[in-house]
Amino acid sequence: MSIPTNLKYSKSHEWVKPEADGTVTVGITHHAQELLGDMVFIELPEVGRELKQKEECAVAESVKAAADVYSPISGEVTAVNSPLVDEPGKINEDAYSAWLFKLKPSNAAELDGLLDAATYTELVENEGH
Amino acid sequence: MLIFEHSRPGRRNYSQSPTTPVTKSAIPQSLLRKSKVLLPEVSEMDTVRHYTRLSQKNFSIDTEFYPLGSCTMKYNPRACNSLAMLPQFLSRHPLAPEDTGQGFLACMYELQEILKAVTGMAGVSLTPMAGAQGELIGVMMIRAYHESRGDFFRTEIIVPDAAHGTNPATAVMCGFKVVEIATDKDGNVDLDALKAAVGPQTAGLMLTNPSTLGVFEENVVEMSRVVHQAGGLLYYDGANLNAVLGKVKPGDMGFDVIHINLHKTFSTPHGGGGPGSAPVGVAERLLPFMPVPIVAKEGDTYRWVSEKEKPQSIGRLSAHMGNAGVLLRAYIYVRLLGMHGMHRISQFATLNANYLMAELRKAGFEIAYPNRRASHEFIVTLKDIKDKTGVTAMNLAKRLLDKGYHAPTTYFPLLVPECLLIEPAETESKETLDAFVKAMKEILLEIEQQPEMIKGAPHTMPVRKLDDVKAARELDLAWRPGA
Amino acid sequence: MPFIPHTEEDVAEMLASIGAKTIEELFDEIPKELVSDQLTGVPPGLSEMEIARLMMERATKDGFYQNFIGAGAYEHHIPAAVWQITTRGEFYSSYTPYQAEASQGTLQLLYEYQSMMASLTGMDVSNASMYDGATALAEAALMAVRSHKTSPRILIPQTVHPVYRQVVRAIVSNQNIEVVELPFCTECGQILPESLENSVHEEFAALVIPQPNFFGVLEQVDALTDWAHSRNAFAIGMVNPTALALLTPPGEWGNKGADIAVGEGQPLGIPLSSGGPYFGFMACKNELVRQMPGRIIGRTTDLDNKEGFVLTLQAREQHIRRSKATSNICTNQGLMVTAATIYMSLVGPEGLRRVAAQSHANTLELVDQLEKIKGVKRVFSGPIFHEATLTLPAPVAEVLSKLKQKGILAGLNLQEHYPEMGNALLVCATETKTADDLHNYAEALKQVLS
Repeated sequence: MSIPTNLKYSKSHEWVKPEADGTVTVGITHHAQELLGDMVFIELPEVGRELKQKEECAVAESVKAAADVYSPISGEVTAVNSPLVDEPGKINEDAYSAWLFKLKPSNAAELDGLLDAATYTELVENEGH
Repeated sequence: MLIFEHSRPGRRNYSQSPTTPVTKSAIPQSLLRKSKVLLPEVSEMDTVRHYTRLSQKNFSIDTEFYPLGSCTMKYNPRACNSLAMLPQFLSRHPLAPEDTGQGFLACMYELQEILKAVTGMAGVSLTPMAGAQGELIGVMMIRAYHESRGDFFRTEIIVPDAAHGTNPATAVMCGFKVVEIATDKDGNVDLDALKAAVGPQTAGLMLTNPSTLGVFEENVVEMSRVVHQAGGLLYYDGANLNAVLGKVKPGDMGFDVIHINLHKTFSTPHGGGGPGSAPVGVAERLLPFMPVPIVAKEGDTYRWVSEKEKPQSIGRLSAHMGNAGVLLRAYIYVRLLGMHGMHRISQFATLNANYLMAELRKAGFEIAYPNRRASHEFIVTLKDIKDKTGVTAMNLAKRLLDKGYHAPTTYFPLLVPECLLIEPAETESKETLDAFVKAMKEILLEIEQQPEMIKGAPHTMPVRKLDDVKAARELDLAWRPGA
Repeated sequence: MPFIPHTEEDVAEMLASIGAKTIEELFDEIPKELVSDQLTGVPPGLSEMEIARLMMERATKDGFYQNFIGAGAYEHHIPAAVWQITTRGEFYSSYTPYQAEASQGTLQLLYEYQSMMASLTGMDVSNASMYDGATALAEAALMAVRSHKTSPRILIPQTVHPVYRQVVRAIVSNQNIEVVELPFCTECGQILPESLENSVHEEFAALVIPQPNFFGVLEQVDALTDWAHSRNAFAIGMVNPTALALLTPPGEWGNKGADIAVGEGQPLGIPLSSGGPYFGFMACKNELVRQMPGRIIGRTTDLDNKEGFVLTLQAREQHIRRSKATSNICTNQGLMVTAATIYMSLVGPEGLRRVAAQSHANTLELVDQLEKIKGVKRVFSGPIFHEATLTLPAPVAEVLSKLKQKGILAGLNLQEHYPEMGNALLVCATETKTADDLHNYAEALKQVLS
């Protein structure tokens, strides 16, 4: 599956989508869900929580692993995708529409430090070897 | 069929519980139970038949070869069970006075002494109820030792990346930060990484030797020096003691604290996942911190040593004194084997492992550490097979079940891709090992000819491949009537 | 060679295949200076006949006593079928059921166990067991703090078994969890719910509620549970499984029920055997299941849609989650739970109720008879289940020692753990005691005290 070019990525396999209203939407990448396998449980952060960049803020659990999700940038959680909790398999179906949470960035400069699609593609390919 | 589905209202076993209903009661109405207890209402024969049939759906050492790496599935002598279940032992209350249990305490004391002798440690406490609890207690003693010296800044425990998952989990339970260090290509801990990791913040190193990769840690003496020089202590995870029993003593390797899995090396039953028992042994400097109770001998009398006499003890970690019945079984086992038998354990476990490794290599399997001796276990990797055919280690493991062998440990250690960790304990005969090799060869052929069949294995078990994802997504953890 | 089947020919052929001359050569990677063949201190081996004789001598030396000690370990009748089936090789010598298809026996049994315990405790789900009652309580405390997220404080009444409190402290203190002990009413032997609101000011994660408590007294569980909930904390019920056949289960305490139930499983078919192996049980509400430590079995289907059982929620466990696991525990007490499941099937709901009722009645009867002796009194006014705390008109240690000469273990001296209570004795008479046994105890005590 292609890695969407309109998104930004973290080294820990989260994707970030800057929205028109200044918030960002965060999810885990297709590659991450592939590594984890069938998702069975998602734990989301609380709305209103202040996150620091690289802070553990969610858990994605499959049959064989439970992976921490790290906040790609600092900011306040403004919304979470709660229906996902009942249907974690949505992440396996389409990782880029099954978002986890939205953030209001507290330091917009951090966005510039994230990877673009080309760099992330390279990262994923190198990981396979 | 579940036992509940055999249930019929009003059916019961009249001889199994008090026959005359009592009327005397002084329990306030408000505290009495109103809901029904959903236990099955079945006859004794129904129960016996149901659970006998269930037992027949299990693989076990008594019925199949069980080469499960890191678990030491050796034969459990029947005498250990029957003699530990003598009625006087079973009926003894844990809080009964010491003078009513001198026979039992004598066994416990002698077991402590024998474990000291085979491990080279200065003291042994029998209380830990499982390997993970032995670890917990061991690391708690390391913490207590540093703190007793006013050394509160040792916050890290170093763990090799090949270690059992319990090691890092235990260190965290004891409030430590875990520092993982890498393994080199021959399966030894990377000594440079260790040297870089130690410092004034190091509380200790947890090491399994031989390691979970099935090889002896060749630099153990140097590692011990490095950690001690930095002021840290060495923890020996005794999971693989079977490989070196009577050959090398953890005390001589420089370890300060160890645990011994009696359910592995000393042949107490695994019981479908417990009870375990994991006595801890300590070097001289950790003696004051040992968990209580410990058995002491004065003249011809045995008694418990409590926290009153050991004020620096880390305390009590079980309601009584640990898994007494398991300890009795281990005691009987060591007495049956004696000094020479102890030596033979590691000799023949090692012989069996190296023979099986040689034969599987000849059969075409790839050995993960081909330049090393096997300890009592070794690793086969199916990475090439998976790349070529898509057949995984798990597929092969399931196919072995069809052929009447319990699968080796799969996907542990995590370092080796598509791995099978194989441990044939010393109690298996050459014919059994040869038959296993034959089955493995057959599977190799099947992988070539019918890979899809292998991927669908097992085919002859009571159930086929089970849906783990459904189990975790639609949790069904208890039977409910009408559900 | 004991338990090693190799003939000399086998060894020769195996070494030839390996390409080694001797077995010793296989150890050539071990640094020479470490090898030590000295095992002084290990006696020579015995034959089965010899060890049998030794063990029988030692067992005979220990003998049998009339036991009236409870205090966390209870003597109950164990039907013969329980251990005959439990020690079948297929249960006794199998490993943890990681290979589900080859372990359906153990897995289905554990699922049945979980179902029985969930019903007995009135909770939604049970795990497949813990080491023992004390460690189950410690794990429940850790679980409550994990789930509560804002307070690292646990309230434990002094009516909880003193050794359990020690174990909890030893385990949780490493994680900066604070254990606060609550005093009890010295007249009724209970925690008074109305006293708590004014004495506990700080936030806490959970309140432990024992039922019955260490003194045998029944607590006001409904009010205690509701109070904990009113303070946004969890209620942990610590219960005797036999008693639950008669008493309101934790899941039904107060308005919402306790959140976690734990206890010692030994009364369910496990012999006293000097303290172990026993097993701890743990059950909880659905909302907390992912915070629950230990193994959990789930029912699912196979490729043919046939029912089967697997270990589930394993991602929480140490072998996957390593340093982030819910606990370092990687075992349950499989064999003990096998026995307990067969025990509960054999006695059924009515049998367990009768065991509980008879134990309760026997203890009441014993107390009645003992209280007729001058100077012997019940210490607490609160209602009891199958244990009672008595005060004696003489030092307890001396009395116990004299009764022991008569073959009676007359109870537990509370001097060690509750010195302020004076000459206090904890007694228990389960269904195993006959009317004659109770009478004999009372007569013997009367003699000793006169």
